[in-house]
Amino acid sequence: MGIIEAKSLTYTYPIGSKPAFEDVTLRIEKGEFVLVTGPSGCGKTTLCRCLNGLIPHFYLGKLEGEITVAGLKVSDHPIHELAQHVGMVFQNPENQLFALTVEKDVAFGLENLGKPREEIRERVDWALKTTGTYELRNRAPYDLSGGQQQRVAIASVLAMQPEIVVFDEPTSFLDPLGARKIFEVINSLNKDLGITVILVEHRLDLTTRYSSRVIVLDKGRIVLDGEPRTIFNSEAVRLLGVGIPKATRLCQILKPKGVDLGRTPLSSEEAYELLREALKQ
Amino acid sequence: MIKIEDLYHTYPNGVEALKGVSLEIQDGEFLAVMGQNGAGKTTLVKHINGLLKPTKGRVLVDDTDTTKLSVASLARKVGFVFQNPDHQLFSETVEDEISFALRNFGYDEKTVKERVDWALNLLDLAGYQKVSPFMLSGGERKRVALASVLAWDPKIVILDEPTIGQDSQQKERLRQFITQLNRQEKTVIIVTHDIEFVAECKPRMVLMAEGKILADGEARKVLTDPELASRASVVLPEISQIFLRLENLGFPRDVIDVYEAERLLLKRMG
Amino acid sequence: MSMFDGFRFRSVTSPIHQMDPRAKFIYVCVLFAVAVTFNQLIPLVVLFIIQIPFVLIANVQKEWIRSMKGSGMFAVIIFFMNLLSLYFYGGYGSFTAVVERSLAMTVRFIVLVESFSIFFLTTSPDLLGLALEQSRVPYELCFAFITAVRFVPVLAEEAQGIMDAQKARGLELEGGKFIKRIRNYIPILIPLIVNAIRRSLELAETMESRAWGATKNRTNLYVLKPGRKDYYLISSAFLILAVSVYALTYIQFPSLTQMLGI
Repeated sequence: MGIIEAKSLTYTYPIGSKPAFEDVTLRIEKGEFVLVTGPSGCGKTTLCRCLNGLIPHFYLGKLEGEITVAGLKVSDHPIHELAQHVGMVFQNPENQLFALTVEKDVAFGLENLGKPREEIRERVDWALKTTGTYELRNRAPYDLSGGQQQRVAIASVLAMQPEIVVFDEPTSFLDPLGARKIFEVINSLNKDLGITVILVEHRLDLTTRYSSRVIVLDKGRIVLDGEPRTIFNSEAVRLLGVGIPKATRLCQILKPKGVDLGRTPLSSEEAYELLREALKQ
Repeated sequence: MIKIEDLYHTYPNGVEALKGVSLEIQDGEFLAVMGQNGAGKTTLVKHINGLLKPTKGRVLVDDTDTTKLSVASLARKVGFVFQNPDHQLFSETVEDEISFALRNFGYDEKTVKERVDWALNLLDLAGYQKVSPFMLSGGERKRVALASVLAWDPKIVILDEPTIGQDSQQKERLRQFITQLNRQEKTVIIVTHDIEFVAECKPRMVLMAEGKILADGEARKVLTDPELASRASVVLPEISQIFLRLENLGFPRDVIDVYEAERLLLKRMG
Repeated sequence: MSMFDGFRFRSVTSPIHQMDPRAKFIYVCVLFAVAVTFNQLIPLVVLFIIQIPFVLIANVQKEWIRSMKGSGMFAVIIFFMNLLSLYFYGGYGSFTAVVERSLAMTVRFIVLVESFSIFFLTTSPDLLGLALEQSRVPYELCFAFITAVRFVPVLAEEAQGIMDAQKARGLELEGGKFIKRIRNYIPILIPLIVNAIRRSLELAETMESRAWGATKNRTNLYVLKPGRKDYYLISSAFLILAVSVYALTYIQFPSLTQMLGI
């Protein structure tokens, strides 16, 4: 059984007239790094909200079909129970930190769960170190940069030791360098800790190199799902207006002109290597 | 014309955001201001529409010192579209939102009507007149904010982080739109982190770091200089990263655009 | 960002700041009770003076003087109100007695402001929040308090951003008649409210995602443990209380008129 399994999932917001997403069937295995993308309003954020029960428990509305996360049926378990298995990191770092010190913010989830103090201390320190924010622990969240705030937000999710972490466009308010650091942290959660990562992103140039799978949504439906290279090679992805990495794009437009590099590169380094090989011949 | 002479700005809390910036922007130019957060980009452009006044130095817009004008009167010449559209939307309908500034500037109702319709068409918002701006999606709200500024046809347009939260199609539309404005002899200034967007637009570029201008020149020159990039803590566009490495195979190093890259590669390999 | 700098929470350290807010609170309450029971000038002046060392140790003179100045206007009003009512309805024999009594009432007010301002000037919100949490105040209230402190500067910054955006669209905030001025603020207030609502929704989402309300027995990373200093403070508060009770029962304070021999 996959760590996330959805079967013909359809959801309509309480005020919505048509479904935010429709007939989504999906299976994600433990340890995958899944990149979810698609044009604005395609339903990707809404889909994320199902994974820890914000939908249907917080947003209400009509959820049809079935979704199981970490073996728990989402509609049968309260958010706080799901939250121990699925961490959520949102777009705006500012609105995810509400304590007066970083440390207190990271402890928030564990305090809510009523964990003993020693355990909280241990896990908070671990989460802070893992995200490289240990030095900031006594600072006020207000005084941190956006990138630092977002790393603290990741730490506060991590402290609850979830098996899955969902990131909803975590870098859209950050500058490229801050964004890159966040992606490195996310990647290490996946590669070093074996956490299943679901990353919703527009910025594919900085993220595809880490992912093992790309899911493209359009108008509330999954339209493409597969290995990044295969997805980016398909004509469909271009028609959907998904902004694929420029290095990938370059090789894509060279191909019909008779320059086939054999593989689809996901980063500039890779593109360079392939081009160099091709130029030698 | 915008003339910035040895501009310093220190915020009341003691932060020195600008430390001696000089810059001249001709009418009809398209300029991108880039740099890390805290480099002083937004502080700089807020001087052009008078939201901030120099601590030292001068800012002249069409030969008038900005300290001599109020923000509202400068605004007629300098349109400023802020990063977050939700900081300005407040009306019941899109139409009211767009006419807000026009009424502030005292246009007569007939002109207001004309300008609103013009702006709605310009931004693909026809049909949204009576819709509440709060019911729109993020991308649409951003376009309403843009329309509400362009409606009075300012000759200088400043866009702060226009690509945030926009998907690639919306970005492409924005790029075409900026080109169109530029063709109408408007001065367009964008403040952005989106290096790939800049690489596609190829404007004149000002790179800032720590309150100073590090580099000022064509995007293709600035964005292909790894030393500059690391000093300003920006990440170079992907194409430029590829061509910097291909240089030793006899390719020019200043390539930032996919189509130019394609042409050069085909010449050798095709 | 500038004009709202005063709202920002900064942790300051001084022996007084590090004390348990609960101990300080007991102290403030005792002073409050004592100040209310006395109505003679001399003991009230004494109460005023004995608090000054606190201000100095905590190194908050500047802020303290500012808050004292702030209450000056009210003090003057209280003085004259007392003066008038006592003169006409008090049944005091001499005018000097009336003045003295009004002065005492004013000093009482100042003592109250003084002790509360010392409390708030030397208690950082995080410690205060913690003290609330550990005093059986419902956690929801403590959380609301802490979040409010956390978001005041953010909202202030947002307000500035909104003002900038509207000014850039030709909104004139200065000038005009009263009604027009109020109307001018509508384009600022509406986005401010809308954004606050949006923000609170996002906050709620985050809280839910961090197991808010999972158990009634919430734990806490920090514990407040009263130290030796705190016990000293509580003891001295009770000492003041004891002395006051004694003074109230056995000592006849001379009035100013008597002391100066008028």
